[in-house]
Amino acid sequence: MRRMMLGAAVLAVGVWGCGGSKGNASNGAAGNSTSAVAQSGGSTGPTGNAAVSGVIHFTGAAPSNPKIDMSQESACQGKYKTPPTDPQYVVKDAKLGNVFVYVDSGLPNGAKYTASAPTQIDQDGCLYHPRVFGAVVGQDIVIKNDDNVLHNIKAVPKVNRGFNISQPSAGMTSKRSFSEPEVMVPLECNVHGWMHAYVGVLTHPFFATSDSTGSFSIKNLPAGTYTIKAWHEKLGTQQQTVTVGAGETKNIDFTFSGPKA
Amino acid sequence: MRNTSRAFTQTADGSSFVQASTRGVLGTAMVVALLSLTVSVTLHAQDGKAVYDKWCSGCHGDTGAGDGFGSKTMLPHPRDFTKGVYKIRTTASGEIPTDADLRHVIEVGMPGTAMPEWKSRLSDGEIGAVVQYVKTFSANSFKQPAKTIAIGKAPSGSGVDEGKAVFQKLECSKCHGMAGRADGKSAPTLKDDYGNPIRPADLTENWKFRGGNTVTDIYTRLRTGLDGTPMPSFQDAIDNKLITDEQLWRVAQYVHSLSPEKAPAPREVVRAAQATALPTTVDAPAWNAVEKFWVPLVGQIIAKPRWFAPTVDGVWVQALHDGHTLAMRISWDDPSKSPDATWDEFLGRMSKTLTDVDGPLATQQGPDRLVVQFAKNPNDESKKPYFLGGDAKSPVYVWRWTSEPRVEEGTEAGLGKFTAAPNVHVTQSARYGDGQWQVLFTRPLVSTDSAAPTFSAGHAIPMAFFAADGSSGEDEVRGAVSTWYAVYLDVPTPKSVYVAPIAMIALSAGLGMLLVAQAQRRERGDVANGSSHMEER
Repeated sequence: MRRMMLGAAVLAVGVWGCGGSKGNASNGAAGNSTSAVAQSGGSTGPTGNAAVSGVIHFTGAAPSNPKIDMSQESACQGKYKTPPTDPQYVVKDAKLGNVFVYVDSGLPNGAKYTASAPTQIDQDGCLYHPRVFGAVVGQDIVIKNDDNVLHNIKAVPKVNRGFNISQPSAGMTSKRSFSEPEVMVPLECNVHGWMHAYVGVLTHPFFATSDSTGSFSIKNLPAGTYTIKAWHEKLGTQQQTVTVGAGETKNIDFTFSGPKA
Repeated sequence: MRNTSRAFTQTADGSSFVQASTRGVLGTAMVVALLSLTVSVTLHAQDGKAVYDKWCSGCHGDTGAGDGFGSKTMLPHPRDFTKGVYKIRTTASGEIPTDADLRHVIEVGMPGTAMPEWKSRLSDGEIGAVVQYVKTFSANSFKQPAKTIAIGKAPSGSGVDEGKAVFQKLECSKCHGMAGRADGKSAPTLKDDYGNPIRPADLTENWKFRGGNTVTDIYTRLRTGLDGTPMPSFQDAIDNKLITDEQLWRVAQYVHSLSPEKAPAPREVVRAAQATALPTTVDAPAWNAVEKFWVPLVGQIIAKPRWFAPTVDGVWVQALHDGHTLAMRISWDDPSKSPDATWDEFLGRMSKTLTDVDGPLATQQGPDRLVVQFAKNPNDESKKPYFLGGDAKSPVYVWRWTSEPRVEEGTEAGLGKFTAAPNVHVTQSARYGDGQWQVLFTRPLVSTDSAAPTFSAGHAIPMAFFAADGSSGEDEVRGAVSTWYAVYLDVPTPKSVYVAPIAMIALSAGLGMLLVAQAQRRERGDVANGSSHMEER
């Protein structure tokens, strides 16, 4: 959580400071390798000291990400030194970022979790940061606009109620939450049709997004046997079962193959 | 309809009230009032099913999924009730509508869509029952009660100028365009929750606003957004103190001011006044003073391939003549100057969404098109050709314009079955800006071509229109059409017409002066006596 918030602060400073290349450098890749809530311990419900971590591998040729024409938004375009692309595939050294990894089942029956701290998504350089993240049911999602342009942020869920908020100015923040578990809820901006983000809403805080090195870690788990799922926006969902004892960290890796040409 | 009504009378438990009235305890009016109250209270969702199945399912589908037999050709598609997502609400973004919100939409319909008003067809009780039934398609969504947001009153005074400034600050033009004609930069990329193409509202045609066109209606939409569409709620802009609530009202006032005060009523005859000199350019300021006639267009759904989702919903016609030449300026809203690569994505969505049309849509955009059609036999009503391009027996004479831009002249024997005339007399000059085409046509009144009508002062020539937007798949005979209208060329005004009124004016002015002078003399006398008419009264 702290890492993520720090990242957000750095982003915000970057915007006003020099309009530098920050947006390009991170390009929407996940900055948080672990579940914000689980790591901060900011939740209620049974936890433990077991952990599941691993790496998401990528095989095959990484598709090139589509170029984004931001010429109509100089305030955003100015934040990039090289032409921005839509980071659908975050691949580096055969590792895959922006994969949402989460406990699908195996938690104690009747366990209930609530988050005590909010999570955050920023609109910066006309892209979402983070692009893929998780939230606990009822957890406040702070939506922030770091661009001095009009964004609308629209949630298009299938299970939850959606929303569609206008944020016409830099510095605006809004808070929204989801009441039902749903993996994933797409977020989109209609002013900038290329802007997409995905939030995985769960009844618990045991989730993580793989970072730009493909690594993820789900901590503070009670000992148990879990079905772990890994979701990628283009490559679908995989699952594995893992048993962890108290104080134990189990490594599980997933491997996604690039789309067939 | 009759069957349904009878079913309701039987279902309603009104018998005890009827007996009461026969005993004379209650007046008849009271019984009627109580009876209707009882009807509406006792009607349940299941009663609504009968009404729904009869009147609503054709478009909205038997299971409420918006997939009735008529749905695939419609844009926007009929509402899918299974999602529990509604555009027109008095509740916050993402919230369910109130029963009153649902009732309102059923009663008044949704302007600019296929949804008609039902108030004249269904009883209050029937509408109430349908509301309950429609909610059952998304029972989960309606478990919680709906919460309306407080809508205040419009602030006093006109705030159109401030509203315009806030409109710009909020960047409404990103979708709605600088002049409000739905041609904003993001317009080609817009889709609804179902991935269907969707257009921003044309703010200059507020009679088509889905949720009504009063300032309060517009303000409410700004507060709540239109769920399921790209139109967001601006509530958070107020909460963040970016704008005040009053400023949002000013935006609503400004938006309201962009349309004519009243929806234009079509008039059958377009009058071409006689002028000593005709404007020579399409955007000459002289056109601003020329009367505008609105001709509504609808989708061409007779000749194949049919088209149910026309872009152009009407043309404004202005006409003048100088005794030798007819000049006609046609203006219409079209958010794209076709072909335009930025609209490729939109055309792709149209192809995917409008699946139940006659054959696949073109994959390439064509130009925008306008056909102005005239009948050759103006004086014989029975010989007026078929309005849809005439036929082999009775062709029509047309000006065929495309946005390349160029114009052809000739005859049509059926829609699109064109034969060029040997000589072209008509000229065109076109201008596109802010989501609107303006095309100036001129043609000598007299034509040497036997197939072409001769326009003459004092006569009306039947006239009709066809318009197509190349960026939304309107090729061939896909587009929007009108029925027959007419253009009437004013006769030169005889000089005596001017002399008589001037004489009359002079005469009455003279008499008036005389009366005023007399009154003033009397007034002076009264003042001298220390009184006045006012005090006496």
